[in-house]
Amino acid sequence: MARSMLIISRQAPWAGPSAREALDIVLAGGAFELPLGLLFLDDGVFQLTKAQQAASLEQKDLTANLQALPLFGIDSLFVARRSLAERNLDESSLALPVEILDDAGLSTLINRYDHVITI
Amino acid sequence: MKFVIALFAPPHSPAARRALRFAEAVLAGGHEIVRLFFYQDGVHSASANVVAAQDELDVAAEWSRFVSANQLDGVVCIAAGLRRGVLDAGEAQRYQRPAANLAAGWELSGLGQLHEAAQQADRLVCFGGQ
Repeated sequence: MARSMLIISRQAPWAGPSAREALDIVLAGGAFELPLGLLFLDDGVFQLTKAQQAASLEQKDLTANLQALPLFGIDSLFVARRSLAERNLDESSLALPVEILDDAGLSTLINRYDHVITI
Repeated sequence: MKFVIALFAPPHSPAARRALRFAEAVLAGGHEIVRLFFYQDGVHSASANVVAAQDELDVAAEWSRFVSANQLDGVVCIAAGLRRGVLDAGEAQRYQRPAANLAAGWELSGLGQLHEAAQQADRLVCFGGQ
């Protein structure tokens, strides 16, 4: 059986290439149809917010890439409830459907995967 | 046990030194390194152009020696490398850059190599993640 991997994306989309590079790991694994999960944690939750203006920072908006993940067979998308709340965000702030997990849910999620990468 | 070791932090970070010492300990303990994979700022540790001060550890040179001496599978993510100026001769030519700087022992390849190695490994151990 294929080994599963959880990618935890912790950086805001404007904080350098980390958001892009976390997503690239997910997309590369999706091409092999591996069991993957993507968790948005801490400032990583800002990647999910609507109406981003990435062009004003002369960079690309990742939202369309994130929205396309289910088309690549990656529909295990998660976000930490606490990270949202700390940043005054809620479900209505998000540009794509993701499962919202509380602290206990995060712990269960991380334990479920064979490998974990945090970026 | 089979290990994949991934490095995400630059050569001047403590994580780069920890990863190197961990990799040495894996082999010394009789375990196997399926692959080393350098990603994000970790790619700089595969540059032959990093110069350490005389009284400091030259971690990039040590990595290159370690990979070559043990004939390890050392992969640098090509997209992360290009973005940060770590090029082999082929990429330098392709993008018309004046020099190649990928150190001996390393190979540029895609993120598929990380997944492929992780499928074979008992443990994926990451250094310098955020």
